[in-house]
Amino acid sequence: MQAEYKLRFEGISKVFPGVVALDEVSFGVHKGTVHVLMGENGAGKSTLMKIINGTQQQTAGRMYLDGKEVSFRSVYEAGQHGIGMICQELSYIPDMTIEKYLMLCREHRRRVPGFIDWPKTRAAARALLEREGLSYDPRLTMREISISDIQILEITKCISNDNIDVLIMDEPTSALSNKEVARLFDRIRILKEKGITILYISHKMDEIFQIADEITVMRDGRHIHTAPASEYTPESMVTMMVGRRIDDVYPKEPVAFGEKVLEVRDFSTRYTNVSGLNFYVRAGEIVGLAGLMGAGRTETARGLFGMDALESGQILLDGKPVNIRSVPDAVRCGIVMATEDRRRYGMIGCRSISENIALPNLRKLSRGPFVDRRKERRHVAEMFRRLRIKAPSEQTEAKTLSGGNQQKVVLAKWLLAKPRVLILDEPTRGIDVGAKYEIYRLMSQMAKEGIAILLISSELPEFIGMCDRCYTMYNGRMNGELSRAEMTQERIMMHCAGGKS
Amino acid sequence: MEKRFTDIRGLFSQAMRRYGIYLILLLIVFAGSVLSPVFLTSKNIMSVGRQVSVTGILAFAETILIIGGNVDLSLGSQVALSGMISINTYLGTGSAVLAFASAIAVCVCCSLFNAFAITKLQMPGFVATMSMDFIARGAVYVYCKGTPIYQVGDYGKISSTYLFGVVPLPVVFLLGVAVLAAVILRQTCLGRNIYAVGGNAEAAFASGISVSRTKFKAFAISGLFTGIAAVIQMARLNTGMPDTANGYHGDAIAAAVIGGASFTGGAGTAAGTLVGAFVVGFISNILNLKGISIYVQQIIKGILIIIAVSVDIAGKNRKIRQVAREKKEPVEPREGPA
Repeated sequence: MQAEYKLRFEGISKVFPGVVALDEVSFGVHKGTVHVLMGENGAGKSTLMKIINGTQQQTAGRMYLDGKEVSFRSVYEAGQHGIGMICQELSYIPDMTIEKYLMLCREHRRRVPGFIDWPKTRAAARALLEREGLSYDPRLTMREISISDIQILEITKCISNDNIDVLIMDEPTSALSNKEVARLFDRIRILKEKGITILYISHKMDEIFQIADEITVMRDGRHIHTAPASEYTPESMVTMMVGRRIDDVYPKEPVAFGEKVLEVRDFSTRYTNVSGLNFYVRAGEIVGLAGLMGAGRTETARGLFGMDALESGQILLDGKPVNIRSVPDAVRCGIVMATEDRRRYGMIGCRSISENIALPNLRKLSRGPFVDRRKERRHVAEMFRRLRIKAPSEQTEAKTLSGGNQQKVVLAKWLLAKPRVLILDEPTRGIDVGAKYEIYRLMSQMAKEGIAILLISSELPEFIGMCDRCYTMYNGRMNGELSRAEMTQERIMMHCAGGKS
Repeated sequence: MEKRFTDIRGLFSQAMRRYGIYLILLLIVFAGSVLSPVFLTSKNIMSVGRQVSVTGILAFAETILIIGGNVDLSLGSQVALSGMISINTYLGTGSAVLAFASAIAVCVCCSLFNAFAITKLQMPGFVATMSMDFIARGAVYVYCKGTPIYQVGDYGKISSTYLFGVVPLPVVFLLGVAVLAAVILRQTCLGRNIYAVGGNAEAAFASGISVSRTKFKAFAISGLFTGIAAVIQMARLNTGMPDTANGYHGDAIAAAVIGGASFTGGAGTAAGTLVGAFVVGFISNILNLKGISIYVQQIIKGILIIIAVSVDIAGKNRKIRQVAREKKEPVEPREGPA
């Protein structure tokens, strides 16, 4: 083990008025290693990262880079010292071409000030793509490529800055499919060989053990433990993160299944690759849709929920065919969906929790055109309690909640609608371990109440832990059905990758 | 101790954000009463009310649209067009009810066309309603061949009648529209849907709300209010002027924005807009009483909007920072059955 620390923290504290975000954090990061930072939301990981990359400054304590004490007042200054960061939320300019985006802010200048030498800049962008072995058409706009491509480009852009030798990545895989994750990890290994130090924030256990050399666990703004990855087990890490033991990560309860609630025959949706699907979900059953990105899982869900138009086929509810042409149709039939992108489709951020929960249920909570405020308050309060939403009050703005609580608000609004079928698309994405557990508990509880649940999840352990049965999808078609006993990570992956088992 | 201090400070800033506009109104009234002896007379107050009545009613139209994530730049021209038609209807039939009905019908048609352009033709609201502004303004000149109507009979009575001998009818209409707007926004499902669509149209759609139907309804209400404003405007002028109400949408938007309606959609209240309209009205009134020119008043109005919007944005940012801090502290879950 190299004794040399690339980056070292000594008693770093960050105090906001009234809150201690970081409390005397001390640890070191070895040069040329992948150092993973773990912790629940609010553990202080991002605050620490912000101090490293110059967005914020510590209240007390010292930070050493290559043994010299440093403090950055801006992202620019941090960049000058070789620190680059890839944020969790990608920000890019949709109408900009790939080549322009890659060279943004470091275009080649002409001799006349203020003018850009485009031919030279373009050539540089192309050279960069070639060097990194990326086969994108440099004239495509960012709008035209997928999120994962943007992510890869973002990393390329960041490391193309030659003096970067510390790279911070904040949950870089949250939008990537498994294949792309593998690609990203290859890239990380190459970077490591080049001697670049990587600080990696993630929630995903399996990933962490794949790439981490060392792991630091943080909790409530404190440094808990730093050690080589081999000294951790997933259980010990979770215990350190939450400070309590989660014995059974998947609180699955046995449920006696009822009749088929949802049945789909020869299902195809328009403008997607989803075609010819046949499947069913029984009352009380949690059925999974497995597949890689682009397999058509989300598209299937959107079709069932009336967000995409049906091209052919039939949707049967309790054995009777129903006509779902819009979201209101689906809601009326009792089919509801918690979408993958919570902030975009899940809630009205600037309105209160109460209004968000009531929104799809106004028909039930009104008298004529008027909202029955008393009835609304009663129902919302009940959901607030039942789902244990952590917020100052029902009137808190939804956007101020943490990811887990936002998801609970989404679930609350749909539970109040008394659904027959609940579709969950990546219900625990970006949620910390404690909140995940509560979402699982809720799922079990809802299944017990006889709701048919269709689950889409890219996290296989969660998928296997919660599903009673699953279908696998490949390229818009179904290519397999597995019972709970048959589900193994290997088997599911085999199907999803288009193989036969 | 520190924690407590920030709590109080947070509460204070929150209160300022919610009630600041009322405080400003009080300060202006206080300043006015000091600066001018006639300011606080009921006659002066009523004259301010009458002055702000038209733009005030239009401000409620804009408020509902802005909350729903839209805006209408054609309200001024709609007032002119529907007002002229209303006068002719009145002269033809002698019925005040029909005078109102015709004005409202014209404005609702214009507004529904705006909604159509925005939802079905998918035009940006600015462009769609700006086009309507040209169309309506052109239409009114075509309609009256460019000449004003001077002989309007007793159409002007709508403006010069007093309720209980003190409250001018335009003020009664202003308050009536205010109450109507407040009820729609606060008490009805439609109001909730308007806030939702303005706050996040995609999430509203995914919650089973028909976004385009909500927009059509919001524009229809805007048309209703605009029609009422048109009759009052023409009655106040006691003449049918085809070039009247030019740029009134600007004043209306100003009142709405000063009253807290947010251009990002999803936020705003009827009470805020009423106060916003009176803040603008009182300031002009004080400046008038002090003999300060109308040109200077324009500048002050512009500055007011900048202040109101920047305070609103600063408040939002502050709130986000504050919440980001609070999130670091664990919030105890409420007691409840598992």
